[in-house]
Amino acid sequence: MKISGAEAVIRCLLAEGVDLVYGYPGGAIMPVYDELYKFQDQLHHVLVRHEQGAAHAAQGFARATGKVGVAIATSGPGATNLVTGIADAQIDSTPMVCITGQVGKHLLGSDAFQETDIIGISTPVTKWNYQITEADEIPEIMAKAFYIARSGRPGPVLVDITKNAQFDTLDFSYKKCNDIRSYHPKPVLKINKVQESAEIINKAKKPMIIFGQGIILSKAEEELKALIEKSGIPAAWTILGLSALPTEHELNVGMVGMHGNYGPNVLTNECDVLIALGMRFDDRVTGNLATYAKQAKVIHFEIDPAEIDKNVKTEVAVLADLKEALTALLPLIEKNSHEEWHNEFKKKYEIELDAVINEELAPTNGKGISMGETIEMINKHSNGDAIMVSDVGQHQMFTCRYAKFNTTKSNVTSGGLGTMGFALPAAIGAKMGRPDREVVAVIGDGGFQMNIQELGTIYQTKVPVKIVVLNNEFLGMVRQWQELFFDYRYASTVMTNPNFCAIAEGYYIKARKVTKREELDEAVAEMIASKDSYFLEVMVEKENNVFPMIPTGASVSDIRLS
Amino acid sequence: MEENKTFTISVYSENNVGLLNRISGIFLKRHINILSLNVSESEIENVSRFVIVVDTTEKWVQNIVGQIEKQIEVIKAFYHIDEETIFLESALFKIDSSLLFDERQIQNIIKESYSEIVTVSRDFFVISKSGRRSEIEELHAKLKPFGIMQFVRSGRISVSKQKMEVTSLLLEELKS
Repeated sequence: MKISGAEAVIRCLLAEGVDLVYGYPGGAIMPVYDELYKFQDQLHHVLVRHEQGAAHAAQGFARATGKVGVAIATSGPGATNLVTGIADAQIDSTPMVCITGQVGKHLLGSDAFQETDIIGISTPVTKWNYQITEADEIPEIMAKAFYIARSGRPGPVLVDITKNAQFDTLDFSYKKCNDIRSYHPKPVLKINKVQESAEIINKAKKPMIIFGQGIILSKAEEELKALIEKSGIPAAWTILGLSALPTEHELNVGMVGMHGNYGPNVLTNECDVLIALGMRFDDRVTGNLATYAKQAKVIHFEIDPAEIDKNVKTEVAVLADLKEALTALLPLIEKNSHEEWHNEFKKKYEIELDAVINEELAPTNGKGISMGETIEMINKHSNGDAIMVSDVGQHQMFTCRYAKFNTTKSNVTSGGLGTMGFALPAAIGAKMGRPDREVVAVIGDGGFQMNIQELGTIYQTKVPVKIVVLNNEFLGMVRQWQELFFDYRYASTVMTNPNFCAIAEGYYIKARKVTKREELDEAVAEMIASKDSYFLEVMVEKENNVFPMIPTGASVSDIRLS
Repeated sequence: MEENKTFTISVYSENNVGLLNRISGIFLKRHINILSLNVSESEIENVSRFVIVVDTTEKWVQNIVGQIEKQIEVIKAFYHIDEETIFLESALFKIDSSLLFDERQIQNIIKESYSEIVTVSRDFFVISKSGRRSEIEELHAKLKPFGIMQFVRSGRISVSKQKMEVTSLLLEELKS
């Protein structure tokens, strides 16, 4: 039986198990929307308010569920508006399939209305992309798109479909893709490399683990826990690795990187073996590479061959899926406790507690509410069970530093790209993907206004996300850098803000503003208890800084506490 | 600082419309200038071969080859220094035919340079020369004083010297 290309697109999505897509209609994608209308009982389409919101919502969905997120947009501006989200998904390895409409094949290259070369534009920021110009290409390309997006190191794929291909008919049959001859997403584990690693790890006196999102993407959380518990090795995390190991785990020693914890940063330059698990030595993690872990033997467990020796030279590289590699490693690891070495982390933590954390969580000298104590208050009322979705800036660092996590896939944030405006739509996606979980978006007053229109999506869909805006009336992170490195010249970082609560209420979202510390506890309690979406604005101390901090270009051991 | 060297990168790939754009983007992103680029069929049916010449450090070339191999349609990528490859370029020189008769030296230049005359017409004749860049440049320098109507030089093509079984490696890669 012949069906239209547009119907084939929907049938492909259903065959891939997709039941939720985010998007925005427009001329070149209308045939697909017509089919979405017909299939609405099987495939739920969420109308966002801007295509960037669709991309971030799909990302939030993917990060919270581990499934492929799907975003749909029309040609031209619809497609280009997706690009920031696609770039974000690329650098944070988020599985996503974007479907864009395109002008008819006969108009390609003619500067037709809403024609844009989205294949050319998206090439550097997609794992793969393809332009479909004939209806009968649809099943095979869609199958490839999902396979590529989710396999190996995941990433975004864009499929651009010309309008004629949506209208034309084809004989539909769908076969899931699980092999492309030029693509080998899962390297074959070399057991001798695992053995070599085990030998080095067993001999180590001061070993340290840094884990990244690879643990979450390969579902190796239990294997990681078993490894550190058997080996007694302190484990630190990158921002994208956060929540793979419960915050309270005694071998969880905190975050590495620019605003990470004091201990794991300083001790990176004192450990004798550095075991990197599913992370990529980003510059925000390593600081100055010339002085990074030079004393240590580096063992790198990683699925992407291009990451090996890219930034840090390794002693042993284990190219593999993390779950598979850690499963093979575990029986070779000798039981140990590394008590003395672990005490080094505890000592360093005490220093950080005194210099930074205590003051952040309970500010003295009549200072206003801090971001840290707000996060702590959310911990109290969510019991560490919430999915925390943060935007980009100071509040993001405070969220990652202070939020408590009991379960994996609970920290959703824009790490690599640092996309302001990410959190509000990403929280929508996270909550729709995990309706059973509490989802709290923590956003600054700057980033909130970058995708504020998605309040409309929240109102229309009634998705019960909780939104906390930490308002310091500044673009806080840039202001902090201006204070520290540009002699207090606050160039364009002062924000004159609107009445945020009135805006939220304009979208019929319950809103509350907290200006005094005494109100915070009750307000957060009310927010968490709310069955509906809830907007909480917290006026925080205006010129607080995030510490510790490794200034750009400095060594991890030169981390500043003030 | 590591020294810059000339590297020849060979990429075996599926024949795909967008791939050239993807690969050139990898160089663009790192601000590395492509000195020469040639795309052709390879020894394996339906597999294309890119030969890309760059002047950069070994660290960068490793990084680039890693990124190229990551592209979905790329089967395998290699890099070599000049000493490890047999390579040449081709050039065409279009010259006024009258010079062939008026300037005796031209015939000697053609003979000495082991180049060949591809065509002769009433108005012009065309010399073809294959070889190392330096040989082509030398010929160019010799002909220049007489006036060259048109000149064009191709990208580098190369094969590896060592008996690296690229083909079998590739076939294995394609099977696995």
